Amino acid sequence: MRTWAVWTALGALMAVPVVLAGLSPLLAYRDAPYIAAGLGGALALSMLLVQPLLGLRALPGLAPAQARMAHRAIGLLLSAAVTVHIGGLYLTSPPDTLDALLLVSPTPFSVYGVMATVALLLTATLVLLRRCMPLTAWRGIHAVLGLTVITGSIVHALLIEGTMDTLSKITLCTAIGVVALYAVAYGRLIAPRIRRLRARKARPRP
Amino acid sequence: MLKTPYYARRHFLIAAGLSAAGASMGGVLGAAEPFAPTDTMRGGSNNYRPGAPLVDKLGEGFVMAGRVLRAGDGAPLEGVRIQIWAATTLGGEREPRNHGSVLSRADGTYSLEMPQIVPNFGQPHAHLAYDDAQYQTVFLRPVMPSPTDTTLSADFILAPA
Repeated sequence: MRTWAVWTALGALMAVPVVLAGLSPLLAYRDAPYIAAGLGGALALSMLLVQPLLGLRALPGLAPAQARMAHRAIGLLLSAAVTVHIGGLYLTSPPDTLDALLLVSPTPFSVYGVMATVALLLTATLVLLRRCMPLTAWRGIHAVLGLTVITGSIVHALLIEGTMDTLSKITLCTAIGVVALYAVAYGRLIAPRIRRLRARKARPRP
Repeated sequence: MLKTPYYARRHFLIAAGLSAAGASMGGVLGAAEPFAPTDTMRGGSNNYRPGAPLVDKLGEGFVMAGRVLRAGDGAPLEGVRIQIWAATTLGGEREPRNHGSVLSRADGTYSLEMPQIVPNFGQPHAHLAYDDAQYQTVFLRPVMPSPTDTTLSADFILAPA
């Protein structure tokens, strides 16, 4: 029952904003690359909800190995969606896209999108460097980069007037923020300490 | 009940005092030009297609309007070509049907009726250019407060080239 409820809520929070973006009246005035760019952005945003939960192995009904595989797959899909997002925007308007990437755009949200993109690129690089550092250090850096991706993406999305429906976008962004804070604060800072304390208590004194 | 006449009331006296002070300072600060040239806006020239044809209108439902004035004295400028383009219900900013020019009237005003402007790259906005020989080139990129607005205004204060 709990498994079913969690996955239904997650699916609805992720799917509704993307479907509504796909029904936006603005799409009628846009070419294929621009439509793909908008949907790529909405898809990327929705993936940010499930990604921290998979990383924490916090979702019911998934074995740890499955969660790990899914976390990696979503990481790849997220990178692909962001590539489609930026590539589609470039095909639609090269000067606007270059302005954004060079941080000289008049739109206030561009810089947050670039911030999230850079953090995502660094995360991808970090994945390749997993064996080069201790796990705790790697996890710390990954958490900071992940939070940067999520913070940048939320602000970016909320400031944009585009194809996403406002209410479902705000709901999704709020959920992503809550999940990200839970993942880092509880999953990476509090829970490991509790586990360590319990393990110490359980161990018989010599 | 005693009624104080308006010219003896405290707020009137304060306001009058402030205006007088302001007027006397105006002599000193008056050097700050009341009609300073309009600056080009960031991203204003994006997707510019020089030489947009002079048109009566580009479509219906939306009006882009404003005034063209001379820097310094603010005199209205007549016959100045303003080029206008935007993403509308006809398509994006690179769609040729979304580009047109109009000339300012004797009182310096210009206006262009066009299809509804729609949000593009995250903001509902228009692009305007003054790009001829007589004055310095200016590119504007005004943003609509709401995407459902059906008018938008932008003024040009032009300095001699």
